[in-house]
Amino acid sequence: MAAVGRAALVLALLTTLFGIGASLYGARRSRREWVDAGRRSVYALFAILSVAFVILEVAFVVNDFAFNTVAGNSSLTTPLLYRVAAMWGSQEGSLLLWVWLLSAWSSLAVFLTRNRLREIVPYAVSVQLGFGAFFTMLLVFFASPFSLTSPAPVNGAGLDPLLRNPSMMIHPPMLYSGYTFFTIPFAFAVGALITRRVDAEWIAVTRRFALASWLFLGVGILLGARWAYYEIGWGGYWGWDAVENAALMPWLLSTAFLHSIMIQEKRGMLKIWNASLVLAASTMAIVGTFLVRSGVLNSIHAFGASTLGVPFVILIAVMVAGSIYLVISRRDVLRSEHQLDSLFSREAAFMLNNMLLVGLTFVIFWGTFFPLISGALTGTESEVGAPWFNRYTVPLALVLVLLAGIGPVIPWRRASLANARRNFATPIVASAAMLLAAFTIVPISSSPSTIVLFCAAVFVFASVGQEFVRGWRVRRATSADSRSVAALSMIRRNRRRYGGYIVHVGIAVLFIGVAASATFQRSHYVELRPGRSDVVAGFKMTEQRPTAAIVTDPTSTGALLTLGAVIRVSRAGHYVGTLHPTAQFFADPSGAEGPVGSLLGGTSVSELSLDSSLRRDLSAALDAPSLQARLQSEINRANALVNADKAGAQSRLDLSYVLLAAIVHGYLRHTPEAQFKLTSSPLVLWLWLGALVVFAGGLVAIWPSGATRRVRARYFARVAQELGRA
Amino acid sequence: MLVAVLVAVVVALAFLTWFVGAPLRNPSAGEPAIDSRRRALEAARDAKYQEIRDNELDYRTGKLSDEDFRTIDRQLRAEAVEILRLLDDLR
Repeated sequence: MAAVGRAALVLALLTTLFGIGASLYGARRSRREWVDAGRRSVYALFAILSVAFVILEVAFVVNDFAFNTVAGNSSLTTPLLYRVAAMWGSQEGSLLLWVWLLSAWSSLAVFLTRNRLREIVPYAVSVQLGFGAFFTMLLVFFASPFSLTSPAPVNGAGLDPLLRNPSMMIHPPMLYSGYTFFTIPFAFAVGALITRRVDAEWIAVTRRFALASWLFLGVGILLGARWAYYEIGWGGYWGWDAVENAALMPWLLSTAFLHSIMIQEKRGMLKIWNASLVLAASTMAIVGTFLVRSGVLNSIHAFGASTLGVPFVILIAVMVAGSIYLVISRRDVLRSEHQLDSLFSREAAFMLNNMLLVGLTFVIFWGTFFPLISGALTGTESEVGAPWFNRYTVPLALVLVLLAGIGPVIPWRRASLANARRNFATPIVASAAMLLAAFTIVPISSSPSTIVLFCAAVFVFASVGQEFVRGWRVRRATSADSRSVAALSMIRRNRRRYGGYIVHVGIAVLFIGVAASATFQRSHYVELRPGRSDVVAGFKMTEQRPTAAIVTDPTSTGALLTLGAVIRVSRAGHYVGTLHPTAQFFADPSGAEGPVGSLLGGTSVSELSLDSSLRRDLSAALDAPSLQARLQSEINRANALVNADKAGAQSRLDLSYVLLAAIVHGYLRHTPEAQFKLTSSPLVLWLWLGALVVFAGGLVAIWPSGATRRVRARYFARVAQELGRA
Repeated sequence: MLVAVLVAVVVALAFLTWFVGAPLRNPSAGEPAIDSRRRALEAARDAKYQEIRDNELDYRTGKLSDEDFRTIDRQLRAEAVEILRLLDDLR
């Protein structure tokens, strides 16, 4: 089947090249049939890549170790769930997933625009297929997922244990969906600039695609953060890692675009800025992909050094140079139609929001690439850490949260002082009340920025809440709807406005979680054994008993040995909860640790145990390496016993398992001290809930409008009336 | 095995050529061209209607004074009328 897979990739490459040629020829010569053939090439690309995708996926599922990719990233002991996901644990497999998702979303875009943007679509299809050609070329010439080894090994190396998490099933596909979706607004922007059609129809289509890519990438980032939170050693939910930052940058730029495109839509302003933003956001998405693939920066998420860096640099250079050329050469059609009426208007607030978001992106870009910049200037690669990022991003984030509350209550064009007083009174009073409450709970000196953020978040809740209530009253006054129907129909009739407001509330909730957990988190590293306790943030954590599972693998990750502890949590004598932290040990296929040591000498993973509530997360993690070190003398003795056994290989293996069981038995009877990380993090759940609210708002905003022939007819009549008077 | 792979590839190639090349074999079967200028104006008209509604909602929710609302509303309706006139010209 590998030959079929290779042939599919070659066919895919030929299809992209044909599609690019057909689309461009059809567009230049106004030959509709060639344009249609180009569009069909996108659907064909999806079908061909689906064949390649299925072949590789089946190879993983049936353990076909003749495939180098399968042998390098899966094994007989890898559970089925993770064999399915192991495909994107490899460079080649994840590249195939990337281009397959690209072809899927491109097909969707081509289908949705089949009767729209007729001049733009051929160029957009060419750009989309250009991306497809690039990634298919990488798979054909640089990183084939269908390369074979003969004879096939009996077993594979297995999937990295850190990747054996249910998030592995969904986080990479969501993140790649976000990245690949970003190529669609890019393609339509290029098409619009080439054909000089940066009009209302282009805005309507591009905004929807930009919102979809924003949504997908956001969900991907969130799932990654949640995964990191549960895998101890990854530094919490956000570590300012290069690859995390690479996903955040296009998301921030597209957030800016989604705001500023409204100014273009309503006022015909900022056209150059918007074209540049959408092109830059998509280019940053490719930069993110480059960082993961090239190994140019150190990251826990990256695939390590590879030969893919140069092709990616060329692609990024072409995107940047082409974007700059298009924006400059089309500046005549990108001229603003109006000027800013007032500095106190929604346009002005959106412009400030854009400056902050772009500034934030620049700070993150600088910090992420600082190792390369410093290496080029001084010869020594230096990294900036989390404190550096926090120093610059926290003030910007504070103002952004505040703007999320200001934007909804000021009108387009201009706001009067009297109306401003009326609209800002409630949010200001609410934030002042929050400030007073904060003084009574925590000392201001403990973290002024956190308290300011709480006040800004309350400002958002009050201003958005006020908007919902007023909108609902208007709806009630102008319709015969009941209270609940009026609330729903208010949102349904103006999904973009109210979806956006919901996103703002979600952002405020999310930042409350981030600020509280970052400021007030308390962690202890302690040595515990059964019966011993420690106190963290007023919570007494007592190890009650050790736990162990050999071969049975309670977490279904393929771990050969799982050691753990049961920890009782109490406060002031009252029971709060029970935690079950574990350390998973995976076999070392090289056998370098000796016959018994190799059964648990591979990667070890600490699995966090969490008691989560709206007020706080209490967690315990067992340090796997230190525990393994404490068992090392028993392991050495067991190794010596097996080495002394002159029986056959099977007998030695059986003896190794027996001795491992004896070591585990000893661990349960005479449990050594083990190192635990005990943590109390306030309001972390708010972060996840806030993110869910953000995505719910995004869904409301992106949902196709059911509006509203009735409403439209009414407006037709009104405008016709005006026409009659004119 | 090699023969089977070759046959599969040839069949796939034939199907691809048939599917992708269908519009080239029968050019008249393509969808009718839609006037892009009209589509752009219709999109502009819809956006303008939305803007009029937004302005009304801003007024009713207390974000605009009477005078500001009337000025902006008049301006937006004039712009909508101009778009309708351009649409009429295309007919």
